[in-house]
Amino acid sequence: MSTVAAVANPTGDEWKQPSRGMVGMACLIAAESAIFVIFVVAYIYYTGKSLSGPTPREVLNLPIFSTICLLSSSITVHFAVHELQGSRIGRFIAWLASTVLLGGIFIASTALEWYELIYHDGLTIRTNLFGTTFYSLVGLHASHVIAGLIMLGLALIFALQGKVNAHHTERFEVLSVYWHFVDAVWVVVFTVVYVLGR
Amino acid sequence: MGSMWAGRFTATWNRATGGRLKPSRAVKIPALLAIWSGPYSTNIFAPKGTPAQSIFGLSVFVLGICLAIFLIVGGLLTFAVIRYRSRPGDEDSEPPQIYGSNLVELSWTVIPILIIVVLFLASTRIIFVTQKAAKPANALDVVVIGHQYWWEYRYPKLGIVTANELHVPVSDPEHPQVTYLTMSSADTDHSFWVPELAGKTDLIPNKVNTMWIDPTRAGLYLGQCAQYCGVQHAKMLIRVYADTPEQFSAWVADQQKVALQAPSAAEGREVFLHNACVNCHSVSGTDAKGIFGPDLSHVGGRATIASGAVQNTPENLRAFINNPADFKPGALMPAMHLNDHDLNAVTQYLSTLK
Amino acid sequence: MATHTSAAAVAGLPQTMRRPGGVLSVVQEWVTTVDHKKIGLMYIGYALIFLVIAGAEALLMRVQLAVPNNHFVSPQVFNRLFTMHGTTMVFFVGMPILFGFGNYLVPLMIGARDMAFPRLNSFSFWISAFGGVLLYFSYFAGSGLYGAGTAPDVGWFAYAPLTSKVFSPGHSTDYWTLSVLLSGVGSIGTALNIVATALTMRCKGMKLSRMPLLVWIYVVMSGIAFVAVSPLTAAQIMLVIDRYLGGHFFDTQAGGSAVLWMHFFWIFGHPEVYILVLPAFGFANEIIPVFSRKAIFGYPAMVAASVGIAFVSLGVWAHHMFTVGMGPDANAFFTFSTMVVAVPTGIKIFNWLATIWGGNIRFATPMIFSIGFLFQFLIAGLTGVMLAVSPFDWQLGNSYFVVAHFHYVLVGAILFMIFAAFYYWYPKITGRMLSEKLGKWHFWLLVFGFHMTFDFMHVPGLLGMPRRVYTYEADRGWGDWNMIVSIGAIFQTISVLVFVYNLVRSYYKGEIAGPDPWDAWTLEWSTSSPPPSYNFAELPTVSSRRPLWDLKHPDDPDSNYE
Ligand code: HEA
Ligand code: HEA
Ligand code: HEC
Ligand code: CUA
Ligand SMILES: [Cu+2]
Repeated sequence: MSTVAAVANPTGDEWKQPSRGMVGMACLIAAESAIFVIFVVAYIYYTGKSLSGPTPREVLNLPIFSTICLLSSSITVHFAVHELQGSRIGRFIAWLASTVLLGGIFIASTALEWYELIYHDGLTIRTNLFGTTFYSLVGLHASHVIAGLIMLGLALIFALQGKVNAHHTERFEVLSVYWHFVDAVWVVVFTVVYVLGR
Repeated sequence: MGSMWAGRFTATWNRATGGRLKPSRAVKIPALLAIWSGPYSTNIFAPKGTPAQSIFGLSVFVLGICLAIFLIVGGLLTFAVIRYRSRPGDEDSEPPQIYGSNLVELSWTVIPILIIVVLFLASTRIIFVTQKAAKPANALDVVVIGHQYWWEYRYPKLGIVTANELHVPVSDPEHPQVTYLTMSSADTDHSFWVPELAGKTDLIPNKVNTMWIDPTRAGLYLGQCAQYCGVQHAKMLIRVYADTPEQFSAWVADQQKVALQAPSAAEGREVFLHNACVNCHSVSGTDAKGIFGPDLSHVGGRATIASGAVQNTPENLRAFINNPADFKPGALMPAMHLNDHDLNAVTQYLSTLK
Repeated sequence: MATHTSAAAVAGLPQTMRRPGGVLSVVQEWVTTVDHKKIGLMYIGYALIFLVIAGAEALLMRVQLAVPNNHFVSPQVFNRLFTMHGTTMVFFVGMPILFGFGNYLVPLMIGARDMAFPRLNSFSFWISAFGGVLLYFSYFAGSGLYGAGTAPDVGWFAYAPLTSKVFSPGHSTDYWTLSVLLSGVGSIGTALNIVATALTMRCKGMKLSRMPLLVWIYVVMSGIAFVAVSPLTAAQIMLVIDRYLGGHFFDTQAGGSAVLWMHFFWIFGHPEVYILVLPAFGFANEIIPVFSRKAIFGYPAMVAASVGIAFVSLGVWAHHMFTVGMGPDANAFFTFSTMVVAVPTGIKIFNWLATIWGGNIRFATPMIFSIGFLFQFLIAGLTGVMLAVSPFDWQLGNSYFVVAHFHYVLVGAILFMIFAAFYYWYPKITGRMLSEKLGKWHFWLLVFGFHMTFDFMHVPGLLGMPRRVYTYEADRGWGDWNMIVSIGAIFQTISVLVFVYNLVRSYYKGEIAGPDPWDAWTLEWSTSSPPPSYNFAELPTVSSRRPLWDLKHPDDPDSNYE
């Protein structure tokens, strides 16, 4: 091979660079945040601009319980990472399972909320600007929760099969960062849709 | 010739810049452009109204600065490329390596900053002079509504509705007469642009924009829709007639009259009223109250039809009604499939609506 | 390949399975590849095909516009032509060709063996490629109800409400949104990959402050992509919701806003033009020093200027909306923020000038393209500043002056630098030089055609000719100018044909290049041409910005000065 010889190495042996997975996830989060910002801006811009009912005040209830579930799942996933790092696989599985469960409850209650809105309050994505922006924003977030749940669920299955060990900590940590992001977005969505937008 | 242009542009320049800036040689370039333009000028450098004039003054200033930057930076580049070309014998040695200099770096950061501050202040002045000008009490109000491929003009205080040919009074510098345009759209975005009178302003559904014009010379001004609005965006032409006060009052009086219903055209009128025409067109004093197409109450008095795309002669009018797509493919008026007899009658009727 | 075959032989596989059919195996190799160089080349090849298609569309438009009241194409066809031309050039020529070079060069220049996420890389390419195919599929399948196929005709920024079902029935607009959406997803994927590669896979010793400027620029450009392409993706999702689910985001009849789309589009659209121009700057940063035989002047300032452009570019979008009626305060603000971009951009121009200054300029083809770029970009930037003066823009906006401005950048700066990059890196990619003689022909024909087309295109704009008109009245005095512009396009076409011929001919007959034909300084020139699939037999170690300079001048290495 006609490769020109490399230059001698005067820098010593220390050569550390950031983790590939974390950098990738940070980029993904930056891009996703921008998408959410646009949807949030559209939501705020159109609050109170609907030409017909129903209005948010008439039909929206504060989803306190599901919010608590989602936010606590951030804590449980954090513990899961911690346990995985320490190779305590049993506890890791327990924390991971509770994360999936809490996330599942959140999605289920969103589904219930939508069912009520569609069949009792007659609010669909076509009804008015509120319907359009509401379902889009909340739906966009929910789709991210579902994506996260699928990945966490896979991790859980692999863990139950005994295929997960402390070597996978970094990967799982990347996943947990995504989950924290999804939670953080919910805080924004919650504030905009249920607090300010009502 | 040259000095005449120079003189006129110096005057313009002084007015636009408040006399504070000396005109530069750059003024001659736009003057040249003014000569190149066709018989009906849509040249942005031939302003005939205050907004266009102040923009013109500003643009000459900006052109001058940009030209200077171009000459300096381009000159340095040319010099460097020629001076530092590799010559025979240079192949064996590398030139001295220079890695940078903070002082130099700083100087070519600061100078551009100063330039843009100047440009910004000059722009801001014109922005506010134009967009924040107080509306004079005697201003004429016109509502402009953009439709796919034609213009609707309403004079709310005068009770006039017309289409495609806008009439406004000329503005004498001694007695300024400003026309305020309040604009919106019935469908997609459009933009109202008559280069000699003012810059363009978009017409957007659900949004009301305003602009003002004050033509300083009587006559016809041309322009056209400047925001892509669909198939026939290209033939959504604008005609603005700046009338002398007498002409304008005569025009207003004409428009305010109920459309003439000449007995000779009674047959055509029946054809018109008993066809789908009435679904889209209005003729004052009749049952035709459609609003989808242009108001036809005084269509016979217009110089053009189809938004300036066609001269309003009886043959053209007939051909247009027969099949609008012959002139304006994609226009939203369908071919009406009238038989020859009805077609002639309708044409005759519409021509009498003066 | 060789190792592969012998491994198969060892495994005792039957002959047929060891050597699958010729063409098919090549296709399979390229379709399934995750090698950054192959993916890069696929991006580039795909973009070149679209360049010819979109260029042909431009030619058709120029034929139609050469004389007033022309009937060469119908208004409907013309509107599709400029929509397809603009969309294709931006999303399926500009983006992929630049991502292609990025893919090919970034790992080589930082001394890595591949991209950070090779499989994501291949996914991103194929999803973008599918987007382009989808866009052109509309010609055949655009609208079910309205007869034969139609391509989209809403313009490349597709203002609402023209894109709503009411004004754009049928499916052509759907093809437009979906293809742009897919291209956006692909772009974000590749951008992510580039950042992760540059930040985590540099060879030993390559601190960020030693990273080649081209790589820096790709990182910055990818950073813009995250925050700028995503809003477009979001807006396209909204449009899809409107068109398919009956939503009202941009439905003006239900209280929706047409202006909101403009904001969303230009929040993407403006940074997008810097996404396109930054890699062109990056090529200039590599080529100009090598052919001036001097280190780049002011490396830190160049990095800072790139980052500065990125930040400022996020706050200038509404200069595309000066005529929308935003009010005087917003107009003044965006006038200012837009002009601020001139400062970091000026820094770049001046640093290139200073790099040339005192050098020994060798006028090889890559360098003459770069010199053309410097002049043309200077002019394009200055016409940009004129547009930024909002009152001036009230006259110039949406006129042919704007069209001239942006072709000056997109063709005069970006396309020129893309060609420069071809001449510069083709030897690395293929192992053979492009013909210098044909290269000079290509350059001079293009310069001539470019100036004939786009210099004179400013004039009808000043004379009041709006863009996107399929024809114009004869009495406006625009005819002669348009004729000149159209003739210029023919010269550009010939030059592109010369280029394509050069690409093909030199592949077989070009002079053998060797690893380092230009006597250059960055790592890609330290491996063979073309590079082996693993890039470097032994991963390099560097101690300055110009490792090969250090190698060639052991007595006076760069590391003494940094
Ligand atoms: C890669 C592409 C690219 C680049 C780099 C630019 C660069 C710039 N552009 Fe351009 N632009 C486009 C592509 C690009 N543009 C496109 C595609 C459109 C139209 C979209 C459409 O409508 O379809 C457009 C439209 C457009 C408009 C809107 C016009 C309208 O539609 O009404 C404006 C207005 O401000 C503008 C301004 C600028 C400015 C100020 C710069 C600046 O970045 C230029 C900065 C550079 C310099 C100024 C030169 C070098 C500097 C110096 C030598 C220092 C000294 C100079 C000074 C102090 C002034 N551009
Ligand atoms: C990277 C971007 C890019 C590039 C390179 C170009 C290149 C060219 N463009 Fe384009 N253009 C845009 C981006 C670009 N354009 C955009 C974004 C718009 C706005 C669209 C909109 O309004 O929505 C636009 C709009 C636009 C218009 C305005 C349309 C209108 O408003 O009505 C025109 C008109 O002249 C034009 C012309 C050209 C020409 C002559 C070239 C030439 O430089 C092209 C030269 C290349 C070739 C000619 C290819 C070579 C072809 C062959 C080798 C094949 C030969 C085939 C045959 C002979 C059939 N372009
Ligand atoms: C479906 C609606 C529709 C119907 C029906 C219709 N028109 Fe029109 N008409 C239009 C529209 C829209 C325009 C504007 C076309 C343009 O300029 O783009 C127009 C323009 C015209 C003009 C030119 C007006 C001007 O000032 O430019 C005339 C004259 C005219 N129509 C006559 C008729 C007659 C006569 C009939 C019936 C036989 C008729 N129209 C039926 C929609 C209609
Ligand atoms: Cu109306 Cu273009
Ligand atoms: Cu811009």
